[in-house]
Amino acid sequence: MKKKIWKKLMSVVLCGAMVFSMAGCGNTGGTNSSSEADSSAKTSSEKTDSKKTTVGFIFVGAKDDYGYNQAAYNASVAVEKHFGDQIQVLRQENVPETEEASRALEQMIQKGATVLFPTSYGHLEPAMDVAKKYPDVTFFHQGGLKTMDNLGTYFGTIWQSFYLCGIAAGANTKSNKLGFVASFPIPQVLANINAFELGAKSVNPDATTSVIFTGSWSDPALQTSSANTLIDKGIDVIAQHQDSTKTIVELCEQKGVYCVGDHADASELAPNTWLTGAVWHWDDLFIDMVQTAIDGKFDGSKYDGKYRGGLKEGVVDIAPFGKSVSEDTQKKIEEEKDKMINDDYNPFSDEIKDQKGNIVCKKGQTLTIDEIESMDYLVDGVIGSTK
Amino acid sequence: MFITSLLSGAIQCGTSVLYGIYGETVTERVGVINLGTEGCMVVGALAAYVCTYHTKSPLLGILMAAIGGGVLALLHAILVIGRKANQLATGLTIMFLGLGLTSFLGQQYVSVSIDGLSMIPIPVLSGIPVIGTALFNQDILVYVSYILCPLLCYLLFKTRLGLLLRATGEDEEVVFAYGANPKLLRYIGVVLGGMISAIGGAQLAIAYTHTWIENMTNGRGIIAVALVVLAGYHPKKAMIGAYIFGGAQALQLLLQAQGVHISTFILQMFPYLFTICALFFASRKKVQAMPAELKKIIESSANS
Repeated sequence: MKKKIWKKLMSVVLCGAMVFSMAGCGNTGGTNSSSEADSSAKTSSEKTDSKKTTVGFIFVGAKDDYGYNQAAYNASVAVEKHFGDQIQVLRQENVPETEEASRALEQMIQKGATVLFPTSYGHLEPAMDVAKKYPDVTFFHQGGLKTMDNLGTYFGTIWQSFYLCGIAAGANTKSNKLGFVASFPIPQVLANINAFELGAKSVNPDATTSVIFTGSWSDPALQTSSANTLIDKGIDVIAQHQDSTKTIVELCEQKGVYCVGDHADASELAPNTWLTGAVWHWDDLFIDMVQTAIDGKFDGSKYDGKYRGGLKEGVVDIAPFGKSVSEDTQKKIEEEKDKMINDDYNPFSDEIKDQKGNIVCKKGQTLTIDEIESMDYLVDGVIGSTK
Repeated sequence: MFITSLLSGAIQCGTSVLYGIYGETVTERVGVINLGTEGCMVVGALAAYVCTYHTKSPLLGILMAAIGGGVLALLHAILVIGRKANQLATGLTIMFLGLGLTSFLGQQYVSVSIDGLSMIPIPVLSGIPVIGTALFNQDILVYVSYILCPLLCYLLFKTRLGLLLRATGEDEEVVFAYGANPKLLRYIGVVLGGMISAIGGAQLAIAYTHTWIENMTNGRGIIAVALVVLAGYHPKKAMIGAYIFGGAQALQLLLQAQGVHISTFILQMFPYLFTICALFFASRKKVQAMPAELKKIIESSANS
């Protein structure tokens, strides 16, 4: 008899532990209500204020990773600052790209959110499921290729920045061997690698880029192993496309190898070996998108569909130069950047061959955004395999 | 050059898994299976990182990792030994508990930097051609993992405590009849196992990557549990299992860097494919090596 009771009790405890741990997995960081400084009484009265728009953000990782999530997180803070009392901001970090994302979004809707930002590529499918159920809620998805009536996608042409980073890398390498630690061979990542190599080749025709795909957005041990493997091969500049960039940047500093950052400025981690990096400036874009949604002007706006901003719109840029980048190189990069902003110059133009020697871009032709975002090849000069 | 890179890569990728195998071997030798090894490792990683950050002492970090992993393993022990909860379900819960708790508690440590442990070349030995730099230019936790193998063998097979621990895994009634307390021995085995596994997490965080990020063990603890079978529940063969996994990982990265024309997706499966192949060839013999009390657990779980 006693045993049975224990069994029952045990199962309850276990269930509790399970639920707790699941909650721990999914809700890390919790759903931070915005106005933390405000008194709790004020916050609760605000919640019932129907005029206030509630804006929700979900992130796939943690906010302090010197990477993709930090860039988006900072912009959500900018949105909050800009609108002040007009809106309430909900945030959730570490939301996996699964059903969990749907649940997180629905929870936010239940808390009154009418504008939602699923900020990871893989949040698209879960977000579309929720968007179908709640046609009155506006969704801004980061990086997706599909849209719906109430779901638009936005992204930046970050490959422009990678082209500029490639110039810095090509000018600084002594072995003419560059390395790239990438995540998955998806079009957006391939475009960055290709742009990087094209940039390097524009100033150093002998430069090659060896690429390693880790199969993960953030596995520090694999990042370290990959970077070490590249360094062992005599590579002296390492670029990356990972969610968290800290591990590789610090490793490069330690090993005396130049590094190119991604997503956010991490120059403080590598004062000696930092060249530059591709960075996001989501702030103004996020603010404008939220404004559009608040005004009820989403339908038919430029955000209703696929919106792509670049250097010109100020959505992407390069990080400050490290001390190893010579003035000549800096000037060259600024010139190229100017050309991209003012003359709509696109590095994916004129004759470009892929690894096998097939011509992927003919003389005089320029690839369209859609063509760039559906790349499934690596250009000549890149060492690595896609599929 | 290729061989050196491969060997050193195998050791670097395999060491954290090696600690996981050592820990889980001790645990399973007393007749308990802890699927929560992954949780113990990730707790070890965070504990070591946080402690190293605040105290600037990696050694204290390692100690803290062992304590953290030990506490989580103790929770597993209390549930499955004290309360006779289902070992597989509890283990999984412990894993998710470890992952969730550390993601939550570790948030503000993602962006901080530590000095951590660095590579220490062993004089003379590191000068041996080809294998020297691979084996003897590593961090201190790698060297400890070399020494831990004979130490654990000695503990399990040459001491009275080891005999009692193993006997508990084979037949607890015999141990009881002998006048020892099999429950206590099980607690010792499980907690010790969790502590050793956690040091694997510490190796990842403060020695190899100098990084803390949520879920940074990425399944290495789960692989370790699988590799315990491959190692025949013996610390002696743990290195084989760990370095097969680590070697396959290093090999696929090397092949990618060489630009071989094999799909990256297939290359990325290498560690798991190699492990599965190794298990396939090893498993028929290994069933006999499984501690008898463990067999009971597996069978009762399968039938219930």
